[in-house]
Amino acid sequence: MARLAARRVLAAGPVLLAVTFGVFAVAAASPFDPVKAYAGTAGLTASRGDLDQLRANLGVDQPFVERWWNWLTSALTGDLGDSSALRQPVADVIAERVGWSVLLAATAFLLAVLLGTALGVLAARRGGRLDRCVSSAAYTLEAAPVFWLGLLAIWLFALKLGVLPAGGLTDTASDTVTFGQTLSHLVLPAAVLGLSQLPWFFLYVRQGVGDALAQDPVRGARARGLAERTVLTGHALRSGMLPMLTLIGSRVPELITGALLVETVFSWPGIAAATVQAATSVDFPLLAALTVLATAAVLLGNLLSDLLYGLADPRVGFDG
Amino acid sequence: MTARSIRATAAAVLAGVLAIGAAACSSPGGTGRQGAKDAAVVGIAYEPETLSPLLGYGKDGNSKLFDGLLAFDADMKLRPALATALPEVSADRLTYTYKLRQGVRFSDGKPFSAKDVVFTYTRILDPKTNNPSKGELDAVKSVEAKGDDTVVFTLGYPYAPFAERTVLPVVPEHVAARQDVNSGAFSGAPVGTGPYTLVKWSKGEKITFAANPSYWGGAPAVKKFTMAIIKDDDVRATRLRAGDLDGAILPPNLARTFRNDEGRKTYAAKTYDYRNVTLPTANKVAGDTAVRQALDLAVDRRAMVDRILDGAGKPAHGPVPTGSEWFAAGTERPHDLTRAKAILDAAGWKPGADGIREKDGVRAAFPLWYLSGDKLRQDHALAYASDAKKAGLDITTQSGTWEVIEPRMKQDAVLAGGGSPGDPDFDQYNLLKSTLAGDGFNNMASYADATVDRALDDARKSGDRAVRKSAYDTIQRELVKNPGYTFLTHVDHLYVVNDRWSGLTTQVEPHDHGLAFGPWWNVEKWAPKK
Repeated sequence: MARLAARRVLAAGPVLLAVTFGVFAVAAASPFDPVKAYAGTAGLTASRGDLDQLRANLGVDQPFVERWWNWLTSALTGDLGDSSALRQPVADVIAERVGWSVLLAATAFLLAVLLGTALGVLAARRGGRLDRCVSSAAYTLEAAPVFWLGLLAIWLFALKLGVLPAGGLTDTASDTVTFGQTLSHLVLPAAVLGLSQLPWFFLYVRQGVGDALAQDPVRGARARGLAERTVLTGHALRSGMLPMLTLIGSRVPELITGALLVETVFSWPGIAAATVQAATSVDFPLLAALTVLATAAVLLGNLLSDLLYGLADPRVGFDG
Repeated sequence: MTARSIRATAAAVLAGVLAIGAAACSSPGGTGRQGAKDAAVVGIAYEPETLSPLLGYGKDGNSKLFDGLLAFDADMKLRPALATALPEVSADRLTYTYKLRQGVRFSDGKPFSAKDVVFTYTRILDPKTNNPSKGELDAVKSVEAKGDDTVVFTLGYPYAPFAERTVLPVVPEHVAARQDVNSGAFSGAPVGTGPYTLVKWSKGEKITFAANPSYWGGAPAVKKFTMAIIKDDDVRATRLRAGDLDGAILPPNLARTFRNDEGRKTYAAKTYDYRNVTLPTANKVAGDTAVRQALDLAVDRRAMVDRILDGAGKPAHGPVPTGSEWFAAGTERPHDLTRAKAILDAAGWKPGADGIREKDGVRAAFPLWYLSGDKLRQDHALAYASDAKKAGLDITTQSGTWEVIEPRMKQDAVLAGGGSPGDPDFDQYNLLKSTLAGDGFNNMASYADATVDRALDDARKSGDRAVRKSAYDTIQRELVKNPGYTFLTHVDHLYVVNDRWSGLTTQVEPHDHGLAFGPWWNVEKWAPKK
């Protein structure tokens, strides 16, 4: 297991390098002008000379390879640079926001895994009414874009019923972040993000456990007169869960893109808004740092799912 | 490592993650929602990039957190703020002397003095400072402190509206000098002398202000003021209706839905915010004076105001709004399609087979670009093209981002916007001066007219109001004879506010969006109604 982890960490280096290089290359090729993005409306009356001075100050006229190298070398010494879009050090931007994104994504993920598994096990004995209802709902959900779900949730819970806030981290009139307020503001975005991920877990578990129910060990257990619940959770669930463990890792990228949309819809002050702003303002340092974070999350997700798989099924092992 | 110990490790890691998540969402102290009488929450559509005046925040005055040497009142007349009086101007108009108010303190308790003023201006003019508006202080040659209470500006050339530029906020040297001007913490945690102090700026969500109890102008009655940043117009309207907001800026169609609301009032702020069409001189069709004159007469400005702006605006006959004291009476150009056609006929633009005019084999056609996603500009562009068609001119509207539009600006027409109420020089010099043709977004039409150039310089140099007025009259009349732009409308900005306070007014507003505009431009003067 340690060897697997070590190998993955070693491989992560080149992957991250390639990804940041790609980000700089793509951003340099984009038609957006960082100077214009920085100047905003003031740029409309600024003279060419002032804009040129700004261009020199921001250092955006260097070739992208040079910019990438400068960014990389200072990032390795712990200096992530300054975000031009947000006028503050990149490290501060991330520190301010990443916690809220992690909270949102973790809550949603937990919700999707737990609820998806529970429903999947219940629906595994196919053909029941529960199975039919939940399965068709899951297929529908899978097809629904997450931002649309978000808008629908706002319309229903915030506008029509008025029971939950439509967005933000706290009530508009409040200037302090309290546990209760955050909790009530977290409900809708986390539920929407969780629901959008739920069908995958549900369908995998349902399939896996359903297949396991038809296999010999389960038949044997039933024949020995074990209680149905013991058969389901003790035997079928264990082997039926295997495909889902792989899924946990591979859903991480989806979770990140989903979170971007959900944060935007619900004005959640996470890293999503910063990511969008960084991209459209060609804010290299911020964009690169956020990309590294996202890539690292994906790599970690993959590692996690492989480790879990190895734990759940000793036959797979950690070197496979 | 055994499977058991691995399981234990995994459980510990999971528990750790959950603990971090839980810790992230709890913070000490805090109260629930405060519907107090002395608190106000407003919804705005725009978020500033920075709260540091050194980077351009509050340059047009009214920054809530800061004061300038001078400030604008509701009629855009200058009045003293951190200065005790309007500046003394030397006879050659090159030296401006300000006497400073004594006993003013920054919100951190440290006294304000002349060195802060000198620091603010010199730091903004420092080439290393990324302030995109520093060109507005182009006239300044040097700033000096004479003792603690006097500041002297020396200009490089006579610049009549210089005093209007000194509304820009003054920052404390003892705080701002210690950090990186472009990325330091000051940008998000400012300290000023203004009526409010910053409580918290939750980026992308809201900015919260608290009244400064020791404000030199008297403690504000609204103790807590929150600006929620809500980019979407519909969401803003909904949250206003739901009672989450006390006021909001709204587009005309949504503001109308509050018209019969007893508890809310709609304020229409008059503006200098114009929409115009640039007619590039290099374009064979749009550059032809006859075509330009014809377009000026062919557009139905009244219809645009009524239909596109829902009545909230005025026809624009030039950069100066018709209600302004700087407007040259008699330069209004009512809709007159017959005369437009006659001008084109006389200039040799004859209708071709498809009804579109031609001259010397050139078809009277050119593209008109507008910023994609901007509904107001799109409507103006479509109306303009349809009016032009009636006169036999074929204008194709196309949408794009500024990245797409900018390289085409020299050849193609653009639906542009602008306007700054401080002084006529602010708009017109950049818009019309021939030497600024194609300089950034200045003089986008590459307009060149010797009479206008001369008048712009005269108006800028002279300190005599009558001389300046006559120069700007000349420019506006010249624009009728030789238009480089078709001015369409001046757009009112609409605000819907709960009727809970007295003392609400609006200021004449510029094209720029900002925190300082709207009925809350003087929130420090509001008083709760009984």
